[in-house]
Amino acid sequence: MRAWVARLAALVVLGGAQPVGAQAPSGNPVTQPPVLGPVKPLTLPTVLERRLSNGLRILIVEQHELPVVDLVLVVRTGSESDPAGKEGLATLVGTLLDEGTTGRSSLQIAEQISFLGISLATTAGLDASRVTLHAPVAQLDSALALMADVTLRPSFPGNEVERLRQERLTQLLQIRDRGPAMADQAYMAILYGPDHPYGHATFGNEASVASITRDDVLRFYQTYYRPNDAALVVVGDVRPDDIQRRLERSLGGWQAAPVPEIGFPPAPVTRAPTVYLIDTPRAAQSSVRMGTIGVARSTQDFFPIQVMNTVLGGAFTSRLNQNLRETRGYTYGATTGFDMRKSPGPFTASAEIVTEKSDSALIEFIKELRGIREPVPQAELDKAKSYVQLSLPAAMETTFGIAARLAAIALYDLPLDFLNTYSQRISAVTQADVQRVARQYVRPDEMNVVVVGDLAEIEAGIRALGVGSVVVADPTGRPLVR
Amino acid sequence: MSFRTLALAGVCLAHALPLAATQDLPQLAYEKFTLPNGLQVILHEDRSVPLVAVNVWYHVGSADELPGRTGFAHLFEHVMFMGSENVPVGQFDVWMESAGGSSNGSTTEDRTNYYEDVPSNALPLTLWLEADRMGWLLPTLDQEKLDLQREVVKNERLENFDNRPYGRATETILAALFPSDHPYSWTVIGSMDDLSAASLDDVKAFFRKWYAPNNATLVIAGDFERDETKAWVEKYFGAIPRGPAIERRASVPAPRIQRDTFLLLEDRVQLPRVYYAWGSPKAFAPGDAEFDLIRQILVGGKDSRLYKRLVYDLQIAADVSGFQSGQRLDGIFQLQFTAKPGHEPTELAAVVDEEIARLVAGGVTDRELEAARNGYMARLLDRMSSVNGKSEELAYYDYFLGEPNSLRADADRYLRVKPADLQNLARVLFARPKVVLTVVPEGDTSLLVPGGRR
Repeated sequence: MRAWVARLAALVVLGGAQPVGAQAPSGNPVTQPPVLGPVKPLTLPTVLERRLSNGLRILIVEQHELPVVDLVLVVRTGSESDPAGKEGLATLVGTLLDEGTTGRSSLQIAEQISFLGISLATTAGLDASRVTLHAPVAQLDSALALMADVTLRPSFPGNEVERLRQERLTQLLQIRDRGPAMADQAYMAILYGPDHPYGHATFGNEASVASITRDDVLRFYQTYYRPNDAALVVVGDVRPDDIQRRLERSLGGWQAAPVPEIGFPPAPVTRAPTVYLIDTPRAAQSSVRMGTIGVARSTQDFFPIQVMNTVLGGAFTSRLNQNLRETRGYTYGATTGFDMRKSPGPFTASAEIVTEKSDSALIEFIKELRGIREPVPQAELDKAKSYVQLSLPAAMETTFGIAARLAAIALYDLPLDFLNTYSQRISAVTQADVQRVARQYVRPDEMNVVVVGDLAEIEAGIRALGVGSVVVADPTGRPLVR
Repeated sequence: MSFRTLALAGVCLAHALPLAATQDLPQLAYEKFTLPNGLQVILHEDRSVPLVAVNVWYHVGSADELPGRTGFAHLFEHVMFMGSENVPVGQFDVWMESAGGSSNGSTTEDRTNYYEDVPSNALPLTLWLEADRMGWLLPTLDQEKLDLQREVVKNERLENFDNRPYGRATETILAALFPSDHPYSWTVIGSMDDLSAASLDDVKAFFRKWYAPNNATLVIAGDFERDETKAWVEKYFGAIPRGPAIERRASVPAPRIQRDTFLLLEDRVQLPRVYYAWGSPKAFAPGDAEFDLIRQILVGGKDSRLYKRLVYDLQIAADVSGFQSGQRLDGIFQLQFTAKPGHEPTELAAVVDEEIARLVAGGVTDRELEAARNGYMARLLDRMSSVNGKSEELAYYDYFLGEPNSLRADADRYLRVKPADLQNLARVLFARPKVVLTVVPEGDTSLLVPGGRR
């Protein structure tokens, strides 16, 4: 009845607007949320492990729901192995794989991809290079032949190398259009410095890209694209023995060779918070990135960190998003994340903030980063744990989703039963674990803060906060002398 | 899986069977019924993962907005997450996440939807949450909730449009292509001034007019038991009173422009970009599928005609793209291309004009058509890969065609096209006047594609 009265009151306030239809106003007869039944168990896909004769590791999952198949070939080297002064090389090699092979030209490859109705992409990131294929099973043989061709027999034609180098230079120019992209780039450069591979953008810089030659491309490819340092994930409407035979036929000729180990130099240490301001005159928002160097994917704290980050900024109802978006309306969304790689990647809190609230927002960011270091109430912890555990089925719904998870397992040498024990290991995370990892990895007193925005509007306010020394920098994060 | 059977394409074609026709399309088996209050319900079982997608479509979008209130339908979508009679503010998302679910909404010109992906045990909770806000949003709505989401939406506009390169191009094009009384002449996100002007009374009136069960379709796709689910639907949605009969606009004024219209927009960008926009067929009207195929042939991949000429061969463009967007009341066909450093928009436009003339004069090859068609068929299949995707297709086909399982009919539109059809339609469309918008770096106004060009 209370609800009914409340509705009448609302109508009176409205000034007598008529309720729709002829019905008398009445509240929802069901005033309490239904109690949930037990969670139905998720049957995780069975992962079969095979090897081709050249040592290439194959992970296979059968999924016969739709007549499609997803393949992800993970080559375990990315732009972390770019030679000094040649930053951007790995990503250029990645994009060049499908620009010509010993038997097909760039346009012939493109035409065949369109004709078959398949997706074939060749890309590189920091940690790995990938060739991904999504195809209807009816086209699998032709698609596999194409995938093998670009992986095993790229010819790197000189004119295509030059064309893509020019395209890359154009893309580098266009970063100046995007404050958020500038903030990402500057933040990494500041966190890691010029001597660490993570301090460089995967796409390189104008000088490094200009210096890359076809020989550089060829050498990188021949050094790192080897079956013994790669893995292939296959998920979809396939039969293991049959697909293994087909893969042996198409990829078996790929030759193994020793691949150099990557060594990471120590990253710089930040002792006191510093705020870097980068000017984008008349920008409508400020791009904020702040944090420290976090953890490697091999961390023993993976599960407590997942839970802690979910509470802090990893979900819609997380503290940071609730504060900055749902309480104050300063942003369309705020997040935190640990980017876990072979070597410790960044922990970053980020948001796009309406210009006039840039300084106020920084206060709230810091408040939340301090707050997570205190014990998290049990109910909040339980919500975060459920969310992390129960969203696994959605992540495992599609062939592509499964393939992405398995590719990470292959890249980071995780056990094959990683997903099977995932839920119970999240369950085991305690309040004390969360506080411990928060104190260890969320350190507001050692943060670097990057704000890209209209300095004429925001600089004075941010300086007045006194959150650390303030430096005005160029778009790559280098301090400017004014 | 139990309700999914695979069927071969049943279309007979005079010429060789295209590759696409040999591909399997899943059947979207469903049950549809209507509650006494008018709510339409579509159920589709898929037990492959213990997951359910709930998708509520309200038949209202930005095209139903009133003058001076652009962006309102989308602002309202945000307000729908601020709690309802029995759901305290913020609790909608807390309950969702506690159950392992995710939720969101989206607004287009024609419809607004709210959707959740939840573990199957959370289906009754999800239905109750959707029902509480469908029936009883207003009792707890206040100025504070509206003001808060107004700020969030303004930030959404800042992030996705104002602070993004070329972000104001679309609103500029729409305002030029359509007369001001055409409901597609403004964008879904709306203007800052109109967002500021939206009042609490506007929100209440909008809810009363449009957010009624008789103006909504509830789709449930995934792992559920049918009888039990029907009982929940009746229990939670059945008490919501029917709203007044809805009359939506059925037609729109014709595009206003009589001749090619040239516009200039200065932006904080490094490179100039040109947009060509034409009025085109609405969704599922004759020509809609054909123009989607033409788009694919012109700008669909590295081997497409415009990409190949501008980006690959001549290397005078940084990128080229386009779309055929058929909506409920009207359509737009658009091409856009960005100059590489050292090249001018007119240089690119001349090549685009040449390629359009070549298409009109010479048509397309069988192989080009077949490749474009295969691409569509592959994307059609991919949209079925998740229960959320399937709920979206069921709702979409039901909304536009009155038949939720229209995958086959949709595919047939593409399968029956012949090369000559594309040439004939291209001849008609590209003879129509278009909007030509050149976005230039601030201060570089000399780069405008000139209006005198033939």
